[in-house]
Amino acid sequence: MNKLRLTRWLVSLPPTLFLLLFFAAPSLLMIVTSFRYPGEFGGLAPLSAPETATAEGDSGLYGMTLETYRFFFSDVLYAEIFLKSFAVATATTLICLAMAYPVAMLIAQSAKKYRNLMILLVVLPFASNFLIRIYAWMIILGPESAFSHFVNHLLQALGFGPVMLLFSPFAVIVGMVYVHLPFMILPLYTNLEKHDPVLLDAAQDLGANRWQRFWLVTWPQSLPGVFSGSALVFIPVLGMFAVPDILGGTGDILIGNLIKDQFLGTRDWPFGSTLSIMLMLAVLCVAGLSTLLARPRVSR
Amino acid sequence: MKRPNLTLWLTASLVYTFLYIPLVIVVVYSFNDSRLNAEWVGFTLDWYYKLFRNEEMLLAARNSLIIAVSASLLATILGTMAGLAIHRFRLRFLPVLAFTPVAMPEILLGVSLLLFFLQVLNLTLGMISIIIAHTTFCIGFVAIIVRARLQGMDESIFEAARDLGATPWQTFRLITLPLIMPAVVAGALMSFTLSIDDFVITFFTKGVGEPILPIQIYTMIKIAVTPEVNAISTLFMLLTLVLIIIANRLDSGMLQGEKKS
Repeated sequence: MNKLRLTRWLVSLPPTLFLLLFFAAPSLLMIVTSFRYPGEFGGLAPLSAPETATAEGDSGLYGMTLETYRFFFSDVLYAEIFLKSFAVATATTLICLAMAYPVAMLIAQSAKKYRNLMILLVVLPFASNFLIRIYAWMIILGPESAFSHFVNHLLQALGFGPVMLLFSPFAVIVGMVYVHLPFMILPLYTNLEKHDPVLLDAAQDLGANRWQRFWLVTWPQSLPGVFSGSALVFIPVLGMFAVPDILGGTGDILIGNLIKDQFLGTRDWPFGSTLSIMLMLAVLCVAGLSTLLARPRVSR
Repeated sequence: MKRPNLTLWLTASLVYTFLYIPLVIVVVYSFNDSRLNAEWVGFTLDWYYKLFRNEEMLLAARNSLIIAVSASLLATILGTMAGLAIHRFRLRFLPVLAFTPVAMPEILLGVSLLLFFLQVLNLTLGMISIIIAHTTFCIGFVAIIVRARLQGMDESIFEAARDLGATPWQTFRLITLPLIMPAVVAGALMSFTLSIDDFVITFFTKGVGEPILPIQIYTMIKIAVTPEVNAISTLFMLLTLVLIIIANRLDSGMLQGEKKS
């Protein structure tokens, strides 16, 4: 028995220590940092006044504070950016859902021997580099591209002026959808694959048409898959900065870009940490909600 | 089973087209004899030649390779241990530690590690900090794969080994390790792909020193888009494609092994 206990420690200690040091400690540090003052030249102000604190330009701000949180809630700009991020995440999730459902359904209805290949075809593009997938849309949506010309000709025919597709909210959503689509297809497929086709036959026998069979039989059964897929899309979109950074215009700033700027631009670490914690709280809410909704309902 | 209907086929094919068109365009334009990514002019390999004469790019590729190999090695060892421990000892704390970094937005891990490296460790950001950061999020993926493999196995094999007097180490070396080997290799390949592909966490933990591949690509995209980006993208795709084929081979080999037993 003692040997077992020793093994237990030997096996679980190294990964636990590593993750405590490089995941738990940094996360705690981020929380602490959010309660501190920013330093004069970026970084952090010291916790207590240095003994030689007579230098000119000394802000005299030391110790712990709630200032960054007050600042966050006092400026409506930040609430707007959070709202905008939620809106983009919602739009992305809904579009992903609409695109993923037919694919997942087709795979689930196909003969077993083709299913693995069809899944592989979904995953394969996502093995290419993340940035390259975003960059590809710079080419497609660029002002000189065939697609841009086509859209603008169409708009002109309808009597609208030319539009710039790239560097717009439209481009951001397209990029977000493209990068996250498989996260919706895979859980949906896993769910749809388990449905019993007998139920659909029964519904047909009882006179349900195609739409009724979908909305009354397939859709309600697939809800756990819908919710887990939605969480897998919604959460990363909420923190994404690369897509708006590359495909968005100057106005298309989301939470991720705001956080990035605090750390690598203005170097305001406390405020950056506060924003990160707000993002974390939002993510926890979404994750909790989706686990609650995705739980398979116990039938009465 | 009923045959899928035509509407479903059509919409699904459209989505598959949506998935592949961007990548096809990148590959095609990498051979295009024009500085603009606009229309097809003629076939050339110029962008590849340019790429292979770009010293900084080669250095970045070398650095990224070093990082990916080190991080995947570390993550495979620690992740396999974590997977084994979580499965065998029903721990509560370790799963939270290992799986949360996989589930949360990458930017949060990147930012907190940046703070930690600069404030606490006083580490100059560079290769070491990137390797640590990549290891941190890869451990979870390896642990998930290894645990899934263990969950599918018959516990009685291990009991039999113990009954026959094998020490824990012997049981591990002679029974457990050979059985979970496909999962360990799959985890290593996945970590390698995740590491060499990672942009967000690398972006925050890179410092200013050495060039790293995804960061180089980012800079190229942000500053001046030349078809060189298409060339490196195509090569990148080729690399991951090869890795996926290897992983797939291992996977089907794994399944065949299961059928035999």
